[in-house]
Amino acid sequence: MKLFKIRGGVHPDDRKQLAAGQAIESLPMPALLHIPLQQHIGAPASPAVRRGQRVAKGDLLAQGQGVISAPVHAPTSGRIMGVGSYPAHHASGLSVPTITLQPDGEDRWADHIQGVEDPFALEPEEVAARVAKAGVVGMGGATFPAAVKLNLRKRYRIHTLVINGAECEPYLTCDDRLMRERADSVIDGIRIMAHALGVERIIVAIENNKPEAQAAMAVAAADDSRIRIARLPTRYPMGSEKHLVQTLTGRETPARGLTADIGVVVHNPATAFAVHEALRFGYPLVSRVVTVTGGAIAQPRNLRVLLGTKVQDLLDHCGGFRVDPERLISGGPMMGQPLPSTRVPMVKGSNGVLALTVEETNEREPMPCIRCGSCVQACPCGLVPLEMAAHTRVGDLEGAVGLGLMDCISCGSCAYACPGHIPLVQFFNYAKGEMAARGRAKQKQAETKRLAEQRTARMEAIKQAKREAMAKRKREMAAKKKAEAEKKAAAEAQGGQEGQTDRPVRSASETEA
Amino acid sequence: MSIETPAAKAGPFAHEPVSIPRTMGLVMLALLPATLFGIVQFGWPALYLFVATILAAILAEAASLRVAGKPVRPYLMDGSAILTGWLLAMTLPPWAPWWIGAVGSLLAIVVAKQVFGGIGQNLFNPAMVARVALLITFPLEMTSFTVPTPLFSAHAPGLLESLAITFGVQGFDAFSGATVLGHVRTELGQGHALSAILPEVFGSVSGAVGTVAGSMGETSALLLLGGGIFLIYKRIISWHIPVTMMGTIAVLATVMHLVDPEHYTGPYYHLVSGATLLGAFFIATDLVTSPVTRLGQIIFAAGCGLLVYVIRTWAGYPEGVAFAVLLMNACTPLIDHYVKPRVYGRDRRGQPIEYADDAEVQS
Repeated sequence: MKLFKIRGGVHPDDRKQLAAGQAIESLPMPALLHIPLQQHIGAPASPAVRRGQRVAKGDLLAQGQGVISAPVHAPTSGRIMGVGSYPAHHASGLSVPTITLQPDGEDRWADHIQGVEDPFALEPEEVAARVAKAGVVGMGGATFPAAVKLNLRKRYRIHTLVINGAECEPYLTCDDRLMRERADSVIDGIRIMAHALGVERIIVAIENNKPEAQAAMAVAAADDSRIRIARLPTRYPMGSEKHLVQTLTGRETPARGLTADIGVVVHNPATAFAVHEALRFGYPLVSRVVTVTGGAIAQPRNLRVLLGTKVQDLLDHCGGFRVDPERLISGGPMMGQPLPSTRVPMVKGSNGVLALTVEETNEREPMPCIRCGSCVQACPCGLVPLEMAAHTRVGDLEGAVGLGLMDCISCGSCAYACPGHIPLVQFFNYAKGEMAARGRAKQKQAETKRLAEQRTARMEAIKQAKREAMAKRKREMAAKKKAEAEKKAAAEAQGGQEGQTDRPVRSASETEA
Repeated sequence: MSIETPAAKAGPFAHEPVSIPRTMGLVMLALLPATLFGIVQFGWPALYLFVATILAAILAEAASLRVAGKPVRPYLMDGSAILTGWLLAMTLPPWAPWWIGAVGSLLAIVVAKQVFGGIGQNLFNPAMVARVALLITFPLEMTSFTVPTPLFSAHAPGLLESLAITFGVQGFDAFSGATVLGHVRTELGQGHALSAILPEVFGSVSGAVGTVAGSMGETSALLLLGGGIFLIYKRIISWHIPVTMMGTIAVLATVMHLVDPEHYTGPYYHLVSGATLLGAFFIATDLVTSPVTRLGQIIFAAGCGLLVYVIRTWAGYPEGVAFAVLLMNACTPLIDHYVKPRVYGRDRRGQPIEYADDAEVQS
């Protein structure tokens, strides 16, 4: 099919050969699982189990809260050891609400787990509801609840489903292996999603460095004339949702908008596989394929791991480290996050564990910018990173925003290409975080001001009421006194009328003065 | 086993095998053939001047870094000072006394670069600032060119004799000749026609190969072209600046030549003479002082080309590359301010794109 050009991008050494040849294997049952309650974008799930309770595989552990959220299920059968907190799968290493499960080794599915005979007979809403119930989220790393995206047709005119099999991050091969080995299941999931979205056009986009996956998916999709395979040139960040859609349709997603604005919904092959499992067998999302690779890993592998498995268990199964790693990363090397420790659990969005050597990271002391423009040529968003960084550096964050900071997708192409090794993404992440904090502070300030003003008004009203009440009492007292005085006067001066007429006239003249 | 990774840092955790020393090193590599040719052609004095200029640049850089309280080693090792000295030496008359090179390097490094804040901060190309300052301050030394006297040829000065030329007090008076541009300029000024002037000083082969009088590293158009193509191939520079600059000069020369062939030389003459190629591939493309966007670079280079032609043809100097580049350097911040790429998802005015039709996809 015809492809369109996107701007910028870089060609990193993809290093996929390290793990691409390794078939997906299941990791042996770990001794303990630590399942965080928030493994998705949106509100955290709220626990639905107690300490000591026995659960079967697929039982609900925590219920999704609100519109954008996702439930969490038991990855295997066993006993709940605790509902507490545990270090997160996040660079901060902060502790987050987590359920600890001790597997009983039986790996027994719950009795209520049941698939659907014919998913295509279901109403689209019913498909989305089942996907939501299975806790499926975007498995390319963004972890946006998949069902919310399947319901987009209510608000947008969706005409195309794009399956993002670009896997443009170097090293990662989990989607590649899944498409090679489970092509039929992935295609089935894709067709179910297309049914839920009500679209007639499906594009499966795969980069040219995965010819086996392209071939396998083409064979599996041969029966369905709606599905087309797009063979993408190998370039980072081809898998950026908006740039992928531009490559396929020639259209840019409007700034601050969604791809749905131009009628396209993008899902990941692993998400399609999870949808297939959820609809056909009723399996909730309790495991995923993870690539464990990098120059420092003894035996790079693609593993199917239960959610909540510690990173250390994966490393042990891959023979540990060959050499001491310089960096331990979750995700790909371009947009991945450093892992704070190997104790942290695997979550729905973790697609890779990389242990990189010094040679691979090629980190150097930053030098001053020589204005070479490499970052400008590399930026897929048409920004001028060197100027944004210069403004951020001196604290002029508004200036950076004016140059398009909020249009930056943090893909890292600029920093990758910079001969001065300037940590550009670090600058931009700082600026974005700081601007968000300022926005919150501003909002808080406005809210505080509003509340303070309301309070002042309230107090004023109370005072006013008090004053009025006082005045009223005074008037009443005065009237009472007057009445008494009159009564008295009337009693005193029986027959003397002049004094009475005299008084009102005097008070009137006082008012005039 | 459990490792604790170093402090959290944003990605990417992979990096293209590039660095500033590599960039500078490749530019020097590209300059090497033309430099060697210059040294062979103009003999030992050229080599002495070349070495003196670069040494002065290194010393000036080290001293400036010291004074500024910056770490000397990493900045000296980035190669930028050596490259500045190198480029300056390329533009000097090959038999100029050593102090021309030394003063030039001081001007380039201290005044044009470090005073602005060091690498990456200078507004003007340091080598060109130095060249122009020298030309205005020492017009005699800067316009005393020598005819080629290749190393080991009959008339070539020996090692010691050369020392006297470069480091002596008297300077030299033998072998002096004018550059092609200078000669043609003078003759035209005396009312001679080009058909009478050109044949004796300008041959299409000697012009391209560079066996003519001229600055140390500017004469060999072919070797400079080769070096420039190497830099484009290595993605250190892009084609935009050199092609636009040479294209502008060629178009202007062609038009004027067609209008009056007796007074205006043709495009080939302009391209191979003087500093056109060195300027187009190595001077105007200076990363620090040229615009960062492709369109900006095209505007910048067109301005350079236009000014070079205007200065050569109608202004007071026979050669104008240095002036042209400096004038356009001054415009670089302005160009970078107004010429920016279009942001993804936005129109040219920065508003989010709106599609008129109902989101129909082309296929």
